Amino acid sequence: MNIHAPFEPAHATASLAEADRLMTVCNSCRYCEGLCAVFPAMEMRRAFSDGDLNYLANLCHSCGACFHDCQFSPPHEFDVNVPKTLAIVRNDSYRAYVWPRAFSGLFHRNGLAISLIAAVSVAVFVAGFAAWHDPSVLFDAHTGPGAFYKLMPHDVMALLFGAAFAYAIVALAMGVRNFWKDIGEPLATLGEPASLWQAIKDACSLRHLDGGGVGCMNEDEAPTDRRRLYHHMTFYGFMLCFAATSTATLYHYVLGMEAPYPVYDLPVVLGTIGGIGLLVGPAGLLHAKWRRDPVLKDGSRTGMDVAFLAMLFLTSLTGLLLLVLRATPAMGLLLALHLGVVFSLFVTMPYGKFVHGIYRFLALVRYAREKRQIGGA
Amino acid sequence: MIGASTEYDVLVAGGGNAALCAAISARRAGASVLVVEAAPRFYRGGNTRHTRNMRCAHDAATETLSGPYFEDEFFDDLLRVTGGNTDEDLARMMIAESKRMLTWIAEQGVRFQPSLGGTLSLGRTNSFFLGGGRAMLNALYRTAESLGVEVVYDAEVVGLDIEGPQFRSARVRHAGRETAVRARTFVAASGGFEANIEWLKEGWGEIADNFLIRGTPYNRGTVLKMLINSGVRHIGDPTQCHAVAIDARAPKFDGGIITRLDCVVFGIVVNKHAERFYDEGEDVWPKRYAIWGRLVAAQPDQIAYIVFDASSLELFMPSLFPPVQASTLGELAGKLGIEATALERTVAAFNDAVRPGHFDHTSLDDCRTEGIEPQKSHWARRIEQAPFYAYPVRPGITFTYLGVKVDRRARMVMEDGRPADNMFAAGEIMAGNVLGQGYAAGIGMTIGSVFGRIAGREAAALVSSTCPSSEAA
Ligand SMILES: Cc1cc2nc3c(=O)[nH]c(=O)nc-3n(C[C@H](O)[C@H](O)[C@H](O)COP(=O)(O)OP(=O)(O)OC[C@H]3O[C@@H](n4cnc5c(N)ncnc54)[C@H](O)[C@@H]3O)c2cc1C
Ligand code: HEM
Ligand code: SF4
Ligand code: SF4
Repeated sequence: MNIHAPFEPAHATASLAEADRLMTVCNSCRYCEGLCAVFPAMEMRRAFSDGDLNYLANLCHSCGACFHDCQFSPPHEFDVNVPKTLAIVRNDSYRAYVWPRAFSGLFHRNGLAISLIAAVSVAVFVAGFAAWHDPSVLFDAHTGPGAFYKLMPHDVMALLFGAAFAYAIVALAMGVRNFWKDIGEPLATLGEPASLWQAIKDACSLRHLDGGGVGCMNEDEAPTDRRRLYHHMTFYGFMLCFAATSTATLYHYVLGMEAPYPVYDLPVVLGTIGGIGLLVGPAGLLHAKWRRDPVLKDGSRTGMDVAFLAMLFLTSLTGLLLLVLRATPAMGLLLALHLGVVFSLFVTMPYGKFVHGIYRFLALVRYAREKRQIGGA
Repeated sequence: MIGASTEYDVLVAGGGNAALCAAISARRAGASVLVVEAAPRFYRGGNTRHTRNMRCAHDAATETLSGPYFEDEFFDDLLRVTGGNTDEDLARMMIAESKRMLTWIAEQGVRFQPSLGGTLSLGRTNSFFLGGGRAMLNALYRTAESLGVEVVYDAEVVGLDIEGPQFRSARVRHAGRETAVRARTFVAASGGFEANIEWLKEGWGEIADNFLIRGTPYNRGTVLKMLINSGVRHIGDPTQCHAVAIDARAPKFDGGIITRLDCVVFGIVVNKHAERFYDEGEDVWPKRYAIWGRLVAAQPDQIAYIVFDASSLELFMPSLFPPVQASTLGELAGKLGIEATALERTVAAFNDAVRPGHFDHTSLDDCRTEGIEPQKSHWARRIEQAPFYAYPVRPGITFTYLGVKVDRRARMVMEDGRPADNMFAAGEIMAGNVLGQGYAAGIGMTIGSVFGRIAGREAAALVSSTCPSSEAA
């Protein structure tokens, strides 16, 4: 019979074309409708542009359920593997939205890039401390208020990290702009309180990282995955650490109190609890990644994921060590180490896995808007 | 893996809904259970993998069901779809039992959700599985295995040792060898014979070669045939099967739900000579869905084409394969490989016969034809707005009706009318007892669950009554 599929809409990449094929299959099936946000969002469309597919890919939480629930997953000839395909498209999208464009190469071998940046940044801090002072300050014990600033004046530290952070914000914002334009969502949505609030709730609870209610599937079809728990530890740990740093900055400039603070004081308490979350969380996520069924994985971007996990883990580890050993001669080196890691975490934020949180959140904002508009609950 | 030395309390042949419900209920009643599934692990669960819902009676709306569905209404629906071809006693018993099934199935770990997009008409009567039939199966397997049910894949029952009304053992082909598996009771839950083309030919003739099988290639009716040959009474029309018109580009087996097409009512359907052959708008689609398989099967080469124009393209569920598209009817005919002038003539005649009316695809509207054979009674609109589209369709076989006769305890009935000693059946292999013909969405799973659960329970009860030493786990 001379019947051929007439026209394949042109897509930028083979993965996007595959995602289009899968969404077309799913749209004629819809069995997974109740599992997450991706399928209801898919059903609102009949055709899938690259922007639509990038949106859907960033809406996907990689819970794995639709793979194990699908009657057409491989070895079936329809070869439906939504989690893997959307993971590839999602990871590709990070590179496509990067700002400035010239840095998109950083996503090429992200693990290597991040490690190099981290190593260089740590080295520069160590060398800087040593060059600025007599190298021996690195190995002396310093205690009491302002101890850290003997190694690096507070204003310099604030300026340096303020600049790094500001840069990250600008680069991330440009990425946001590119994403929003690509998916074709009007700017106004970002100002809708109802959509934002819904997205905040969905992101903070990781509502869609639960396989539709039973839990995620990671190594096989048993919904025993604990990634949501570990992510909560990571996410809230990170937030607490961030809060710790912010309070400390306020203490310094508003209250005129200099670090190190006593162990019962707010910055230390927040940082310690957050730090523990940021140790256990990434470790758990890494363990889960190890055990994850390779069939669900992008496969080519493990370096990026591991680099991000490692950076978070190291941020926390060096921070906690600094806390414990701050009265010992190890403090100087640890401070350099910690600052180096944090600095590189900041500057690489727009160029690594961190962006997943931003784009996922934005996708949830759009989904909240769409769902409200078609009258869903 | 299969030990010839062990004697199981219950041997279950099959691996779908009926088999798992039987295995779980037998195991919960304390029996030792072996499930032998012919398919490899990925394809476990036959046609159950492809399902999405089950129809159970319920007296009140629930979180996922929009209103009550009383037993009487269920029975009326069954009478209507089967044209009375049902065993009233069994049917009423099944419907009464179905009320308890919703909670029982949920207790085995299966989760339900409100009806899927595009299936609102079933929102009151049918419970949809969250994640579909494979998710349902995964939950049942998890539960069964955690209870201690043994499951072997790639294990096909190829022989049965039956003496009179008594099952002795089954020959199971597994890992390259055949092993005789002894068991005190046997539950046949191995589906119909829809994937056995040779057998289909006995009813349909050579044209069965052109049928597509919507579900598993593993339902070949091996067990069914052996049971009938061993003196178990059969029931249901051996020449009939449930057939719908599906996309002709679907694979030979296992294309599943997504190859269906819901657009017949929006256009015309022509055969390879570009002739219409049936009223496309006779009734609402859910009521006519299941006649089109047979209609297409009666056409030359068992192929037909649904032809429609741009005005209808977005009125139905998106399809798996895109429709064949062309800017003129002649070009469309060319792409379909049918004669252009013939198609143009048929469409012109149809267009001329279309009477003015108010098109409303949500009700039986007044858009119809006049003075043409066959007429189109509703939703008849001129086919004139380019681009023009077509879907090629072939008969897609869902399941067969021939089965073994059972009683209220799901026990098989022998030719002479006496119940078998220790043989039970559940699911599609005995569906003909309640579903002599026709179909109501979701009833396949109801039959499998209700009779599966009963079969497992009764098998376990039989074992513990005849053999008190077999201790309960
Ligand atoms: C596309 C599609 C969609 C459907 N959707 C629905 C729906 O939404 N709701 C509904 O109620 N019904 C639906 N049905 C019908 C439904 O699938 C069947 O009624 C139901 O699956 C029957 O259950 P079962 O357990 O008897 O058989 P199956 O689920 O088919 O299981 C039979 C099992 O027996 C195994 N087997 C076969 N021969 C042997 C042997 N010799 N030895 C060992 N094992 C063997 C097979 O491998 C298979 O696992 C659908 C059918 C199809 C094709
Ligand atoms: C803003 C909302 C966020 C959402 C909705 C979100 C969602 C997710 C989801 C669904 C995953 C699992 C799938 C995947 O690996 O991609 C994930 C992974 C991860 N997230 Fe988040 N995240 C958010 C923010 C954050 C933040 C702020 C951090 C920490 C700074 C973080 C750290 C991680 C880590 C470490 C992983 C594991 C990476 C891996 O295993 O490869 N996330 N996130
Ligand atoms: S993943 Fe599979 S089961 Fe789920 S909607 Fe897509 S095709 Fe259907
Ligand atoms: S992997 Fe999970 S979140 Fe992603 S599409 Fe599938 S069900 Fe949805």
